[in-house]
Amino acid sequence: MEHVELFFKSIFIDNMVFATFLGMCSYLAVSKKVSTAVGLGAAVIFVLAITVPLNWLLDQYILQPGALSWLGEEYASYDLSFLSFIMFIATIATMVQLVEIVVEKFSPALYNSLGIFLPLIAVNCAILGGSLFMQSREIATLGLALNYGIASGIGWFLAILAIAAIREKIRYSSVPPALRGLGITFIITGLMAIGFMSFGGMLTGGDESAKPEEKAATIEVIEEDINEEETTTKSDLEIAQNTNK
Amino acid sequence: MAKDSRLILDPLTDNNPITIQVLGICSALAITAELEASIVMSISVLFVMGVGNVVISLMRNIIPSKIRIIAQLIVVATLVIIVDLVLKAFAYELSKTLSVFVGLIITNCIIMGRFEAFALGNGPWRSFLDGIGNALGYGIILVIVGFFRELLGSGTLLGIPVLGDPIEKTGLYATGYENNGFMLLSPMALIVVGIIIWVQRTRNKALIED
Repeated sequence: MEHVELFFKSIFIDNMVFATFLGMCSYLAVSKKVSTAVGLGAAVIFVLAITVPLNWLLDQYILQPGALSWLGEEYASYDLSFLSFIMFIATIATMVQLVEIVVEKFSPALYNSLGIFLPLIAVNCAILGGSLFMQSREIATLGLALNYGIASGIGWFLAILAIAAIREKIRYSSVPPALRGLGITFIITGLMAIGFMSFGGMLTGGDESAKPEEKAATIEVIEEDINEEETTTKSDLEIAQNTNK
Repeated sequence: MAKDSRLILDPLTDNNPITIQVLGICSALAITAELEASIVMSISVLFVMGVGNVVISLMRNIIPSKIRIIAQLIVVATLVIIVDLVLKAFAYELSKTLSVFVGLIITNCIIMGRFEAFALGNGPWRSFLDGIGNALGYGIILVIVGFFRELLGSGTLLGIPVLGDPIEKTGLYATGYENNGFMLLSPMALIVVGIIIWVQRTRNKALIED
């Protein structure tokens, strides 16, 4: 159940593009044609599915405060979390390069479809963002980390596929000249993001009391700007939880 | 000398990294609900770009081109760790608001884009100017977006109420004006940037795409 929930939450509610604006650069640059968008989207799923679990292991056994205790008692007090940016990005850059070599060797067909996008991906913020959110949301197990990586990749894939399809169609519409190209793409993405916001109620619909804590935490991370209503319900929930304890 | 000043001035308007080169959008949109966060983000990027461009430019002849991406990432990551630690030490609340987006400066495409396009082929002084210019061009958009989103969304600027008190109904609120809470939600950032692009291209017809 936990897996299913995280899966759908990462695809729809915390969609990388629409909720957190990760990977916008390549999202805008490579979305002119559906076929290239599919290639890049598939590469993002692929790389996220590899790097997020890998960085989870790094985080768990090397970087977290006290993570080095498996080496022995005297290492338990080390806190290397300030190194996480550099470790994560180094892992991602190396993995991307490694994946490129392996795919080229064993599956030339896949290489031809993903190949040119792989180097681009090392500097795609969606990939690093996936790892950083994995760290800040404190995902508990390796399985969940893998799940999170794949699901956020799928979310990104859906987003770029949708915008590429819309951009192919919009070429035949009469957009005001100054808005053509980039301007209208921004505004369409904004409207799509509003649409995706409506998924927010998807997981809380039935059992609002069951998972209030987790939900409130996600909202807090993404939008510090919670309106008054949400703040009151959140504090109410906190009070309720405290009394339960 | 005239050419050097163009390096700073061009990115502010006609070659703006966000609205024209389409670089560095992610962070520009995610943290602009408050003006203060936008300003801090711009300053962080200014620091990373200025120093990073100089470092890369100094090392441009000794980096093998095959591993240049990794070399660049390491330079940026080091600078970003410095920024992150400074923010955590002196502005802890703000560093919580910016959360992962400080880390995401590493993959901010403006930085990698300018390294690739400029610092690898030019001397340190010109690279420094180019870095500062592009970071300012990035900052100016962030500040504009942050200004409108905070003003229209919560009626404050830098946390100080400027339109009167919404609960006591003073100032502008006495006339029946309400805050537009929608401006604070993430999709509006995209639409505000879309409108900035619209205004800019209407004023300068040469920038219009086919």
